[in-house]
Amino acid sequence: MRDPWTSAAEIARAVAAGETTALAVTEAALERIEARNPVLNAFTAVTRERALAKARALDAARSQGEPPGPLAGVPFAVKNLFDIAGLPTLAGSRINREHPPAPRDATLVERLEAAGAVLVGALNMGEYAYDFTGENVHDGPSRNPHDTARMTGGSSGGSGGAVAGGLVPLSLGSDTNGSIRVPSSFCGLFGLKPTYGRLSRARTFPFVASLDHVGPLARTARDLALAYDAMQGHDRDDPVSTVRPAEPALPALNRGATGLRIALAGGHFRRDASPEALEAVDRIAKALGVTREVEIPEAARARAAAYVITSAEGGAVHLDRLRTRPADFDPAVRDRLIAGAMVPASLVIQAQKFRRWYRDAVLKLLDGVDAILAPATPFPAPRIGQQTMMLGGAEVPLRPNIGIYTQPISFIGLPVVVVPVPLMPLPIGVQIIAAPWREDVALRIAHTLEQDKAALAPRPPE
Amino acid sequence: MTANEAGPQPEPADRIDGYIDAAAEALGLPLDPAWKPAVKANLLVNLRLGAIAADFALPDEAEPAPVFGA
Repeated sequence: MRDPWTSAAEIARAVAAGETTALAVTEAALERIEARNPVLNAFTAVTRERALAKARALDAARSQGEPPGPLAGVPFAVKNLFDIAGLPTLAGSRINREHPPAPRDATLVERLEAAGAVLVGALNMGEYAYDFTGENVHDGPSRNPHDTARMTGGSSGGSGGAVAGGLVPLSLGSDTNGSIRVPSSFCGLFGLKPTYGRLSRARTFPFVASLDHVGPLARTARDLALAYDAMQGHDRDDPVSTVRPAEPALPALNRGATGLRIALAGGHFRRDASPEALEAVDRIAKALGVTREVEIPEAARARAAAYVITSAEGGAVHLDRLRTRPADFDPAVRDRLIAGAMVPASLVIQAQKFRRWYRDAVLKLLDGVDAILAPATPFPAPRIGQQTMMLGGAEVPLRPNIGIYTQPISFIGLPVVVVPVPLMPLPIGVQIIAAPWREDVALRIAHTLEQDKAALAPRPPE
Repeated sequence: MTANEAGPQPEPADRIDGYIDAAAEALGLPLDPAWKPAVKANLLVNLRLGAIAADFALPDEAEPAPVFGA
């Protein structure tokens, strides 16, 4: 089990079958992290002793005849805004390094470990998650395994780099406006941003309460479903956690896409797309036999409203730190947050009113389709440090444009699976957007595309 | 909205300088003069995008989206 590209499902099967041990798998992951992380800069902490102890305990339990969990021996790592007992929760910042160690793991870490997975560390991210690049002035940039001069995307940059680079088969990220979907696109991975409220955010550092989601990144759709199913269920520690019962996605994963009504998003979601983004989404549409195009109404306005709510809620979260520690922020993040704190409340409330109108309009559209396809990013991974981009024949600032296709979707909490399309030389992702609580539909379609080889997490060059 | 709209635009409002100073004072935010151009640029983007959302005609009865469930 030393092949870095072994899936989580295959690791769990082999550990359960006694073909390998959790300890051997964990040691191999730790060796890969030690060898490759100096280049990829995905990890900010490696929980070696904890991981080895957990792996030994799993192996001992198995030898006593205890049933192995569905993620037995699967190494995973989490964006460093998830609490890990014994470590301060950095959230990509300098300021939080002074926080006391977290007393308890985040709920999702506990649930993955309860399913037999082994936490091996914490992952690099953009400061306080206000980022689409994966760059970080304190820890250095996460680097894209497909070209280490390029961005991973962010803000879950290390979550993308660690999985695409073969260090671990599974990571967790957070997604407020696209922070799981953007790194999935730039790094060529499968990523799941579930329905708002589906997976618990308890004991994660917040950014925008009304937009924050958490979810997994992996190299196969099945691994996403495995992790997702292990993490579902109400959590009283997250006030927006749904009380719906868990709705496992794995049982229907092999059902295929036949009979599903799938459409391609037009209008906003094709405007300003690079040729690569259009080729990817058209390739996925062709593989699924999709010919119908739909217009998500007022998507550009939705993106504008999400932008304003993000600024304002982000500014509020950090108001006290902006007063007392402004010099300790990444200057670019600080200046965005200060501006956010100054956004007039009337505009924020109007944006929230528009949000409900938009939600109702999109839900009406989703009465007639089961899933909508759209690009995840307007272009593949830019170079680290790049400030502008050519889009639609004009040079535009890069950073705010990375999320133009992800923001209108997370704005109303819809579940999305990003599937990677292995274009050369760089992969790019496509969003499969489903109705609320229908993660199973998006995962089914993603798995079908993977079986048909239309979607594939490519291995980076050696 | 096109991609261009999120980027720096021709300066529409030097009058915003006074608002920034007053808001910083009201919120107790220290504002180094060197940061002000970037804060201003960011605020102008927010005001422009906020206006796009606010310009959408809705009835007085329209409810904002976040719902607190007791």
